[in-house]
Parts: sequence; structure tokens; C-alpha cells
Amino acid sequence: MSDRVYSVTEITAYVKSLIQTDVLLQDLWVSGEISNSTRSAAGHYYFTLKDAGATLSCVMWRGVAAYQTTLPTNGQAVEVRGSFSVYEPRGQYQLVAQEIRPAGVGRLYQEFEALKARLSAEGLFAEERKRPLPSRPRRIGLVTSPTGAAVQDILRVLRHRYPVVDVILAPTLVQGVEAPPQIVAAIRALNEWPQPVDTLIVARGGGSLEELWAFNDERVARAIAASRIPVISGVGHETDFTIADFAADYRAPTPTGAAMAAVPDARELRAQIRDWTTAMAIQMRTRVAQGRADVQAEVRALQRVSPLEKIARARQQTDDLTRVAASILQHRLALWRERVSAYRAQLHSLSPLAVLERGYAVVQREDTGAVVRRSAEVAAGDAIRVRVADGGFRATVSPDGRDADPDSPG
Amino acid sequence: MNQTPIEEMDFETAFAELEATVRQLEAGDLPLEKSLALFERGIALARACENLLDRADLRVRQLVPTANGGYEAKPFSVDTPDMP
Repeated sequence: MSDRVYSVTEITAYVKSLIQTDVLLQDLWVSGEISNSTRSAAGHYYFTLKDAGATLSCVMWRGVAAYQTTLPTNGQAVEVRGSFSVYEPRGQYQLVAQEIRPAGVGRLYQEFEALKARLSAEGLFAEERKRPLPSRPRRIGLVTSPTGAAVQDILRVLRHRYPVVDVILAPTLVQGVEAPPQIVAAIRALNEWPQPVDTLIVARGGGSLEELWAFNDERVARAIAASRIPVISGVGHETDFTIADFAADYRAPTPTGAAMAAVPDARELRAQIRDWTTAMAIQMRTRVAQGRADVQAEVRALQRVSPLEKIARARQQTDDLTRVAASILQHRLALWRERVSAYRAQLHSLSPLAVLERGYAVVQREDTGAVVRRSAEVAAGDAIRVRVADGGFRATVSPDGRDADPDSPG
Repeated sequence: MNQTPIEEMDFETAFAELEATVRQLEAGDLPLEKSLALFERGIALARACENLLDRADLRVRQLVPTANGGYEAKPFSVDTPDMP
């Protein structure tokens, strides 16, 4: 023993540092019964935890108390998690509480963790075991209580989203010691039902760990894993995870969530049906247009080899040739006509009759038609015909006699 | 092609066949007559699906134990449940 004399403050500080550097004392759970629970004006809770052998002063600050689901109540058996500290003015050690829960829950959590580890090691929760959910089930089996909010929530969601589905409820208790065997029997009954059941929903509304405890039962977990029908679990609230959730093929956060996961939404199905109807109509329109085009191409191809086509073409050719021939003929005729006119003109100019134009006349004997060249060829009183340019006239040689043209050789 | 009359089909059957019909039409190398026949059946299936969705009212039954250890299904209403 040292001779050093310590002041109260010093030694209190020493004790405090011992306590606050001790690993165990800085984070632990303590169980006991609550007494002397008071709440200060500032909102802090002061209480003692006691059992047969000792009492422990505790404090829970206002900010921590706000998060608790259980608040310190006299007589209650609880477990408190926190750390030890020393309040020097009163020379008192105390537990500064971080969390408080009903007694026994701690043991439940341990059981939960142990079972979870054991079943997980067996591979019961393996991802590969989980089966896909049918997207459009014909029949759904429900394993849940026939009373309470869960079944109503589920049925409401199913009716709203997918009213064509057929539902079979296998009613069970969902808490208490009788619940696990009933849940197991319900799962089996639906698996053995003569009509095919496509999906199971195992559900229960929210509650405490003890109330949900049936869904942490090993028998329930094994029944879910052994179910031939895929299982959706919807137990408790979003933050509750039970063994059943791990064993299921799909975990939904709530019963409502389970119903939504089980069926498609009729609204989306209607939209899909409309889209497909449009797609089919477009296909048909395209196909008919294509068909029409094909037919027209066929008609054209046929026409090309058709006898009618040949006849028409031949006729066309004949017409063309006829036209060409006619025009050639016309042309030739025109040329001939020109030639003829030319010849006629030539003839005309060479014709003795042209002379007549110049005023000469041709005289012919009326009786013989012989052309009179010499006056000796006619006598007075002979009938003669005189021919001039535009025709002729008869005449008689006058008795005056003939005279010789002084210029002629006659 | 399933030859069940469309009026007798349940929703899942009609919907699945509608999907198959659309895929067949879109795959594209069918003669025009076959396409037309498929198209008509597809439209009829679409109508049937819509009717089934419109007319459906959720059918809910409850398993009730029978004397010989099995179960039978009776209509279930949330207002009148049978407790196990």
C-alpha cells in the first residue's frame, strides 16, 4: 500500500478512468427490473435496474429515449445496452443507456442468429435454390391468418392488380406455439392441392420479435425450402427479417409487397395488349401492301409474255408499219406527182399545141383531117377546121382565092 | 396453334397465345393468307384478354379440413372467415 494520500477528486478521477477504459464496461447489455423510473423536466430518464443482489443507477438521455420502442417503466423486466460512467459530484457510477428492450429478447436474438447460421451452412438459403416467380400465375396460395389486416391488404392488392387470378387461402395461426405446425400443414396442403397452384404467399402483419417468432421456427423454414411451389414471404415490416424470409424464393418487405410481387399489374397488361394490337395492324398493313405490290409485279410479268400482249404488240407494230408505209407512199406519190407535173410542163412546152398559144393555128381538112400546110391543099369552098389555142372552129375556104405568102418558098 | 375456342380460354392462356401470335406475325415469312388468319385470331385474343380483365372479380376460396383428413375449398370472405 502506498503512503500517498489522494484527494477525493483525484481518486474519483482514477476510478472513473478505470471504468471508462475497461472494454467490457464500455459496451454491454445488462438485464434487470426497472424501478424508480423518473423523467426529468428536460426529458431525460433516470431509473435503477435491480435484481436480487444489486441495483444499478441508469440514465437515458432525451435524445436516445426518442428512438426507443420501449421506455423505462417500473416493474418491467428489461435488457439495457450502454456504457458505464462515473458522476463525480455524487460519487456514483451509472449505466448510460443507449438501448432498452424487453427481457428475453436478447436470448431470442441469439437463437435467431444460431439457427440462421446453421440453416445457411446447410445451403437452405442459397441463391441457386431460389426459383423464379411465375409472371402471370393462374392460382395463388395464401398462408396467413384469415383475420387481420394482412389478408385484407393482400386480397385488395390482388383484386386491384390482377383480378383474373384464383386465390386459395390456407388459414393458419400466425403467432404462438401452435402457429409453426399449422403454417407447415398449410404449405403442405397447398402443395398437394389437386388444382395446380403457381405461387405461395406466406404472410403476417407487423409485430415484435416475439410476435413474429413463428416465422423464425426451423420447421417453417424447412417447409418453405421444401415447397415445390415457389414461395414469396411477406412478414412484418420493411425492417423485419425472419428465417422464413431467408428460406423463401423471394422476400417482400410486407404482405402488401408480397401481393405486388406475385402478380402483374392489369394496367401494364392492358397497355401491352394495345401495343400488340397496333403492331399486328401495322404488320398486316405492310403485308397487304406488299401483297398488292407482288400481285402487280406478277400481272406485269404475265402481261409481258401474254398472247394478248403479243397480239396487241403485233397490232401496234402493224399500225406503225401501216402508218409508215402510208407516209412513204404519200411521199412517193408526191414525188411522182411532181415529176408528172414537170413532164407535163415539159411536154406542154414541147407540144405543137404550145405554138398555138403564140397565135398560130392548125388548119385541117374537114373531110380527111389532114393538116393543111399549103394553100394548094385547099380549094375554095372546102370545109376546113381551124384549131387555135383554146379549141377550134369550122370554116370554109372563101372563094377569094388563095394567095401565096410572099415570104414563103411556095 | 392452340385450337381451343377463345371464349373458353383463361387469361393466362389467351395472353400467352396472343404474344406468340404477335411474334409469329413479326417473324414475317408467312404467306398472305396465313398472315390474315393469324391476324384475325390475334385480334380476337386481344379482345378476349381485355374482356377477361374487365369482367374479372377476384375468386377467393378457403381450405377447410374434411372429415377424412383432407381439405375442401369453400368461398372465402374477409367478413366471415373460418378460423383454423
